Amino acid sequence: MLLPDGTIAAGAKSRMEEEFLLEALRWMMKSRLYDQRVIALQRQGQFGVFSPGTGQEASIIGSAMAVDPSRDWMVPQYRELMATVHHGLPLEVISAQYLGKIAPARIPDGVKVLPTQVSIAAQLPQATGLAWGLRLRGEDSVVIAYVGEGGSSEGDFHEALNLAGVVHAPIVFFLQNNQWAISTSRRVQSATQSFALRAAGYGFEGVEVDGNDVMAVYDAACDAVERARNGGGPSLIEAVTYRMSFHNTTDNPSRYQDPKEFEEARTRDPIERVQKYLAGLGLWDGKRETALTEELREENEHALKHAAGAAAPRPEDVFANVYGDPPPRVLRQRAELVDRSGV
Amino acid sequence: MPERNVVEAINNALADEMESDPRVMVLGLDVGKLGGVFRTTSGLVERFGTDRVVDTPLAEASIIGASLGLALAGMVPVAEIQFLGFTAQGFHQLGPQLGKYRQRSRGRYHCQVTVRAPFGGGIRSPEFHSDAVEAQFVQSPGIKIVMPSNPYDAKGLLIEAIRDPDPVLYCEPDRLYRAGRAEVPDGSYTVAFGKAAVAREGKDVTLVAWSAAVELCLRAAGKLADEGVSATVLDLRTLVPLDVETLCAQVVKTGRCVIVHEAPLSAGFGAEISATLMEEVFYDLDAPVARVGAFDVPFPAASLEDYYLPSLDRVLVAVRRTMQS
Repeated sequence: MLLPDGTIAAGAKSRMEEEFLLEALRWMMKSRLYDQRVIALQRQGQFGVFSPGTGQEASIIGSAMAVDPSRDWMVPQYRELMATVHHGLPLEVISAQYLGKIAPARIPDGVKVLPTQVSIAAQLPQATGLAWGLRLRGEDSVVIAYVGEGGSSEGDFHEALNLAGVVHAPIVFFLQNNQWAISTSRRVQSATQSFALRAAGYGFEGVEVDGNDVMAVYDAACDAVERARNGGGPSLIEAVTYRMSFHNTTDNPSRYQDPKEFEEARTRDPIERVQKYLAGLGLWDGKRETALTEELREENEHALKHAAGAAAPRPEDVFANVYGDPPPRVLRQRAELVDRSGV
Repeated sequence: MPERNVVEAINNALADEMESDPRVMVLGLDVGKLGGVFRTTSGLVERFGTDRVVDTPLAEASIIGASLGLALAGMVPVAEIQFLGFTAQGFHQLGPQLGKYRQRSRGRYHCQVTVRAPFGGGIRSPEFHSDAVEAQFVQSPGIKIVMPSNPYDAKGLLIEAIRDPDPVLYCEPDRLYRAGRAEVPDGSYTVAFGKAAVAREGKDVTLVAWSAAVELCLRAAGKLADEGVSATVLDLRTLVPLDVETLCAQVVKTGRCVIVHEAPLSAGFGAEISATLMEEVFYDLDAPVARVGAFDVPFPAASLEDYYLPSLDRVLVAVRRTMQS
């Protein structure tokens, strides 16, 4: 729809109006700038291991804008940080999680986001259950659940999509195919031509979209969300994108990635094409970019400062939030730790 | 008072909880019209409908994982895994995922989920069906582990499990499902977790067990009485939480302890009991703590299970040796 050169494909019409596109650009730039900042902080030992969404911002933001934070639920993997922020999770809260904070990293009540999931695809059966349960409770909520193309090899992926089809759960499985699972390429991950095709095996619709085209992602996600809300059951969306950074801050893609492939991917940058398109409409220029960049940096900095200044965990927080009613033996272990650490 | 066997007690507990709380639902393989392969869910789908009694696809990870999500949506799922040995295919969703969810979410979410699973040998079932893998879950903090041994406890502990705000693994002794009836009241009652029960009072030796092994210990205690040995039988009822206080008190009373379980001996929960007794009451012991478990080999063909499982004979031999020290 929105081509890499910033023009609209002939005859294409997105649901996304220009004003909304400016909003999408703002979130995409915020995501990219946040990645850059926390990677720098991580290199200085001031942030935890981090998986950037760089290159995938159209997928992350286009999908997030299609769900309603007041009634829909978001189930992340972990590379969709700014989607969860768009859905209402304060940036300082998710930042606090990367800083190892406990209470300050708690998802606030009322925010319909589940915790990030480091165990790949384990969130999917849970997301299916959540969507199924919301329907049983008579709510008109939809669940959007994220996974990568690597995660689609997991048994949990299969079980979750299969069950979702059977119980007709109101859920959108949003698969970001960023071509890499750490160093394992998409070709090694599966012999299928398209991950979206897998939906047919579960009895529901699967669509493939250009995951670097925020308009196309948004449209596909809106269609799927509407279908789920209207009783049409689950959908699978494959957003074909490219990881324009490392897997996480411990990774070194120079050991396995062809630099030519990476350079080629950069020509399809999801943010630049929106900027070019808006520039063509007279809605974007260098001055506006500088001003917005400055504003977003300040927003991110404010959240990071807030997270860094939040209460550090206490030793006894090792025992926090495990049981509603901890067994006596655990209480005794807690008392021993508190005694030894002099708190 | 009405009498029920273990199957009927479980069925009665499920029906009562579903009646009193519309959020309670049952899901798993063959739990609907068939009523479960052991009939523990018999009659429930007719009474509560297919939205609340759900035959699921044959996939353990999604039965347990979806239960977690159902709980987050405000339902109270009671999932049935057809045999405990098959939790291996859903282990990740049960131990690490359910067990850690409250902590991982910094307390924002908790998972009111009960996972029921029959287990144990003695019914000539095919391989994988009989595996006593309860101790594997003790290494998954956050999960409570409940091991009823009789009809009264089966009902009271199951109601307690369903109402617990945290995940509970409820292991059912399939060998005892229809072994006999006992008084099980109509209506709701609970048996608290973490309270071991003295199933038989004695003064010479304390036999510690849970689930079907309690029945074996009671038989052994009967035999021992004929030999002039008075045995206490302590039924732990729950492994997590563990009732250390009653365990220690009952072992101190006799000064001797034999632990009996159906799981393989090495790193079975008996090792935990023994180590706890060493730490807490070593100087009150008159003899080394003994353990009788299954052997450290995989569960054999049904034709050999009587040789593999702890037998009356092996329990008696262990007790006699303990009495001689």
